[in-house]
Amino acid sequence: MEFPGLYNYWIAIVLMMVGFYIVIAHDNLIKKVVGLNIFQVSVFVFYISMAKVRGGTAPILEAGIETYSNPLPHVLILTAIVVAVATTALALALVVRIRNAYGTIEDDEIEGQEDDA
Amino acid sequence: MIAAHLPALQVVIPLMAAPLCVLLRRPVLAWALTLAVSWVVLAIAVALLLQVLETGPVTYPLGNWAAPWGIEYRVDLAGAFVLVIVAAIGAVVTPYARRSVEHEIPRDRIYLFYAMYLLCLTGLLGIAITGDAFNLFVFLEITSLSSYVLISLGSERRALTAAYRYLIMGTLGATFYLIGVAMMYMMTGTLNMADLATLMPAVADTRTILVALAFLTVGISLKLALFPLHLWLPNAYTYAPSVVTAFLAATGTKVAVYILIRIFFTIFGGVEVFRINLIGDVLMGLAILAMVSGSAVAIYQNNVKRMLAYSSVAQIGYMVLGISFATVTGLTGGIVHLFNHALIKCALFMALGCVFMRIGSVNIRDMAGLGRRMPVTMASFVVSGLSLIGVPLTVGFVSKWYLVQAALEKGWWPIAVLVLLSSLLAVIYIWRVVEVAYFRPAPEGGPAPAEAPLSMLVPMWLLTGASVYFGIDATRTLEVAGGAAAFLLRATP
Repeated sequence: MEFPGLYNYWIAIVLMMVGFYIVIAHDNLIKKVVGLNIFQVSVFVFYISMAKVRGGTAPILEAGIETYSNPLPHVLILTAIVVAVATTALALALVVRIRNAYGTIEDDEIEGQEDDA
Repeated sequence: MIAAHLPALQVVIPLMAAPLCVLLRRPVLAWALTLAVSWVVLAIAVALLLQVLETGPVTYPLGNWAAPWGIEYRVDLAGAFVLVIVAAIGAVVTPYARRSVEHEIPRDRIYLFYAMYLLCLTGLLGIAITGDAFNLFVFLEITSLSSYVLISLGSERRALTAAYRYLIMGTLGATFYLIGVAMMYMMTGTLNMADLATLMPAVADTRTILVALAFLTVGISLKLALFPLHLWLPNAYTYAPSVVTAFLAATGTKVAVYILIRIFFTIFGGVEVFRINLIGDVLMGLAILAMVSGSAVAIYQNNVKRMLAYSSVAQIGYMVLGISFATVTGLTGGIVHLFNHALIKCALFMALGCVFMRIGSVNIRDMAGLGRRMPVTMASFVVSGLSLIGVPLTVGFVSKWYLVQAALEKGWWPIAVLVLLSSLLAVIYIWRVVEVAYFRPAPEGGPAPAEAPLSMLVPMWLLTGASVYFGIDATRTLEVAGGAAAFLLRATP
C-alpha cells in the first residue's frame, strides 16, 4: 500500500478519531457537542469522497457528459446533515437547560452536584 | 384500494398527526388525536400481520419507484410482528398517558409531549417496516431525537443530564451505523436490504465488509444497550416521565434488537456470519454478562425504576442470547421474548407510574405498606414481576423455556444454568419490592394514598392480563415468532 494512496480516507479517519476523542475526553458539554459534530462531519466527508468518480463531472443529464460522480451519496448526506443539525440544535438546547438547572456545563461539576443530592 | 397502501399509511398517519398535535395545542384534543391515531395504527399493523400470515411478505415501493433504486417498504413476518408489538404498546400506553402526563408534565407543554410521542411512534414503526438500510437510519434518528426530548421532560433536573448523555451515546451509535452502511454501499452499490442480501456473499470476505459489520454491530448495540454499552439506559429510564419509561422500555430497545436481527439474518443472510467472524461468540459472551450483571446490579438499587432499568439490561441480554444461537429455537426464543418483555416491562413501569402519581416517589423505602393501600396496582406489579422471573403460566416462562431449550440443543448446558441463575436473581429483586409493599407496616400519619385512576389501571391490567394469557396459551405468539425465525434463517443455507 503506497502511503498517501487514498488520502481522502485518511483525512476522514483522522477527523473521525479527533471528534471521537473530544467526545470522550472533554468534560465541557459544549465541547462534547463540537466533538460530536466533527465526528459526524468526518462521516459526511467519507460518503462524499466515496462518490467521486475519477474524471467525472457533476451528474447533470446533458449531451457530452458521460462520466459523472455518483449522486446518491450526496443525497444521502443531505439527509444526514439535516439529522446532524437537528441533533446539534437539540443538544445545545439541552445544554442551555442544564446550565439553568445546575449553573455549570462542566460534566465533573454536574456529577459532583448529583452525588451530593 | 386502501389495503394496497397500508404499509405507507402505517408510517404516514402518525407522522402527519404529530404536527397536527402542535396545531391543536389543547391538551385534551392533542391526547384525543394521539389516541385515535395509535388505535388506527394498531389496526393497520394487525391487518398487515394477517396479510403476511396469509400471503407471505408484502412489499411496497414508496412513491412507486421500483425497488433497488427507490425506497422499498417490506413487511415480512418478523417485521409485522414487531409492528404489532410497537403499535399495541402505543395503543395501550396512550389511554394511560392522559392522567399520568397531566400529573407529571406542565400543562403548557402537554401538546408538545404528544407531538413527540407520535414522532417516536413513527420512527419505531418505520424501522420495523422499511427495507432500505439508509431509510432505517433516518427512522432511527427520528425515534432517537424524539426520545431524547421525551426523556428530558422528566420533572427532576437529572432528566436533562440523562437525556444529554443518551443523546451523545445515541448519536455515536447512529453514526457508527451510518459508517457501516457507507462501507456496504461501497462494496455492493445498493442500499436495499433484499438486494444487499443477494450481493453480500460475493464480497463477504473483504476487509471492508468485515469492518462494516463491526461498525453496524457496535452502533446498534449502543442503541439497544447491550452490556457494556448500556450506561445511558439506567438514568434515562429512571428520570424520564413514567409514561415515557413505560413506552420506551417496551419498544425502543426492542426495535433496536430487531435492527440487529435484520442486519445479521437479512442483510448478511447469505453469509454464515456467526461462523466466520466470531461475532456469535462475542455477542453470546456479552449477552451472558448482561444477563448476570444486570440482574445482580438491579438487586442493589433502592429506586425501583432504576432497578427495573437494570433488569431491562439483563432482559436485553436474553434477547441477544437468543440471536447469538442462530438456530430456529434460539431465534424464536429471542423474538418471542421481544414480545413478552415488552408486555412485562410496560406493565411494571405503568404500575410504578401509578405509584409515583399517588405517593410522589418510586423509592423502595416509601413503598412500605403499599400492597394494602393500592392493592390493584401492586397486584399487577406482582403478576408482572412473576412473569419477569419466568414463573410457569406467564409469558416470561415461555421465552426462557425456549432459550434454555436452544442452549441444550447445542449441548451448552452452562448457558442454560446461567439463564436460570439470572432468573433467580430476578426473584430477589422482585421479592424486595413485594416484601416492602406487603409485609412492612405503612408509615404512621399522613394521608393514605388512594388507588390510581381507572384510566391508568385498565391499560396496566390489560398488559398484565395479556402476559398471563399468552403465558397459558402461547400458540399464537410462538407460531408467529417461530415462523419469523424460520423465515429469517432460511436465507442461511
